[in-house]
Amino acid sequence: MTLHTGAAIRVKDDWPELRGPCHIRTPHYLRGQPGTVMRHLGRFPNPEDLAFARPAASIDLYHVAFRADAIWPDADPGARDPGTHDLVVEIFEHWLEPMGEPT
Amino acid sequence: MSDQPSLQPSLQPSLQPSLQPSLQPSLQPRSHHDMGGVPKFLCEPIDTADHTLTDFDREVDAIRQILGAKGVMSVDELRRGIEAIPEADYLRLTYYQRWIRSIADNLLASGVITEDELRTALAEAAP
Amino acid sequence: MTTLLEAPSDRMLAAIRHLLEQKAVTSPAEIAERIARTDRASPAMGASMVARAWTDPAFRSLMLRDGAAAAEAMGIPMRGLPPLGVLENTAELHHLVVCTLCSCYPRGVLGYPPFWFKSAGYRARAVREPAGVLAEWGTVLPPGTRIRVVDSTADYRWMVLPLRPAGTEDWDAPRLAAMVREGDMIGVTTPSP
Repeated sequence: MTLHTGAAIRVKDDWPELRGPCHIRTPHYLRGQPGTVMRHLGRFPNPEDLAFARPAASIDLYHVAFRADAIWPDADPGARDPGTHDLVVEIFEHWLEPMGEPT
Repeated sequence: MSDQPSLQPSLQPSLQPSLQPSLQPSLQPRSHHDMGGVPKFLCEPIDTADHTLTDFDREVDAIRQILGAKGVMSVDELRRGIEAIPEADYLRLTYYQRWIRSIADNLLASGVITEDELRTALAEAAP
Repeated sequence: MTTLLEAPSDRMLAAIRHLLEQKAVTSPAEIAERIARTDRASPAMGASMVARAWTDPAFRSLMLRDGAAAAEAMGIPMRGLPPLGVLENTAELHHLVVCTLCSCYPRGVLGYPPFWFKSAGYRARAVREPAGVLAEWGTVLPPGTRIRVVDSTADYRWMVLPLRPAGTEDWDAPRLAAMVREGDMIGVTTPSP
C-alpha cells in the first residue's frame, strides 16, 4: 500500500478499450479525473486478468472520492435541490497516479 | 442535454487545466455496459415496481453460483462475457438472458463444452 | 460460434442444463437446492442488522468496522461471499449505492437485487443526478444534506445504515426491523415509521 488517506490522485487517462478485448472496472467517467483517497480497502486479485482466466496479481484497492460537478459540469438534468454531490468509487492502485499537493 | 464541448475554467476555480481529462465523458470510447452518467439513459424514468423473478431467472442465477463455487467460471468471466454481447443485443436482452448467453460463451471458451455438443443440445432442447 | 450464442434463451438454458448434467458438473437436484438456499436471503436480514445497530452501540461499531462479521454475528451466513461495506448515514450525509458497470449488490444480506437496481436508467442516473433518482421514489432529503453516491466497481458490496427516524425512540428491535425496507438500505428511500 503506497497511498494514504487524503492523498491527491488522478485516475489514468487511459483507454484499454481501444487496444483490444479487455475487462476494465474503472468507469469511463473517471478516466483522467482528479480525486482524493479516502480509505485502503485491502488487496484483491486483478479482475482485468480474472476475467480472462489468467493468473491475477493481487493489487491494492482504494475507496476514492470525486466531485460530481468536476466530472459533469453542466447542471443536473431535472435536478431537485441541486447541490454538489460526491462520488466514492473502488479503484485499483494501478489506475491511480499520485498528484502533488491539491491546489 | 448534451455535454459542454469544453470545460470553462472560470467555473472550476480549483482545477488546473492540466488536471482535466483529455476527453469529455460523452466523447470517450466507452464500452456500452459502462453506463454511469450516459446521456441517452438520463431521460428514462425508473421503473420502481417490483418484478418477480421467473423460474428461468432463478435457475440461471443458481447455475452461475454453482459454476462459481466449483471454480468452473468466475463472476469476472461472467461479466466479461456479458460485456462482449453486441450493444443492440445487450440492450434488448433481459438481465438473465444476458447471463445465460455469457455462461454459454464461457463454457465454450474454457472447453467445458464443445460447439458440436452445444449445437446438438440446442437442437434437442424443447422450446 | 456467434450464431450459436444467439439461440433463444429458454432453449439455451435447457441445453446448458442438459450438458452440465451430462458432464457431471451439476444436476437438477443441486440446482433446486441452490435456488432454495438463495431464496432464503431477503431484505429482512439487512433490516435486522440495521435495527440492532440502532439499539446496540457495540454492534453498530462492529457493523461499521466489519460488515460481514456483524452479519455472521446475527446468524447470516457470509462465508465465501464478498466483503460487506456499511455506509453510515448522518444528519448531513446520505449515501446512495449503485453499480454502473453491472449490478453488484449485497446479496448476502439483502437477497436478489431489485429490477430497478439493474436497469440502465438507474445505473446511468444515480451517479449523475442522485436527487432526481430519489425523487422517483418520492424521497426528498432535508435541505443541505450532502449526497454521496457509492459506485460498486470491485470486491466490496455496499449497504446503507440509514438514520433512525424520529418518533421511534421507544420501539424495540423487531418493530424497527419491520419498518426498514430494501430501498432504505440502498439509499433510494429513508425509513418511515
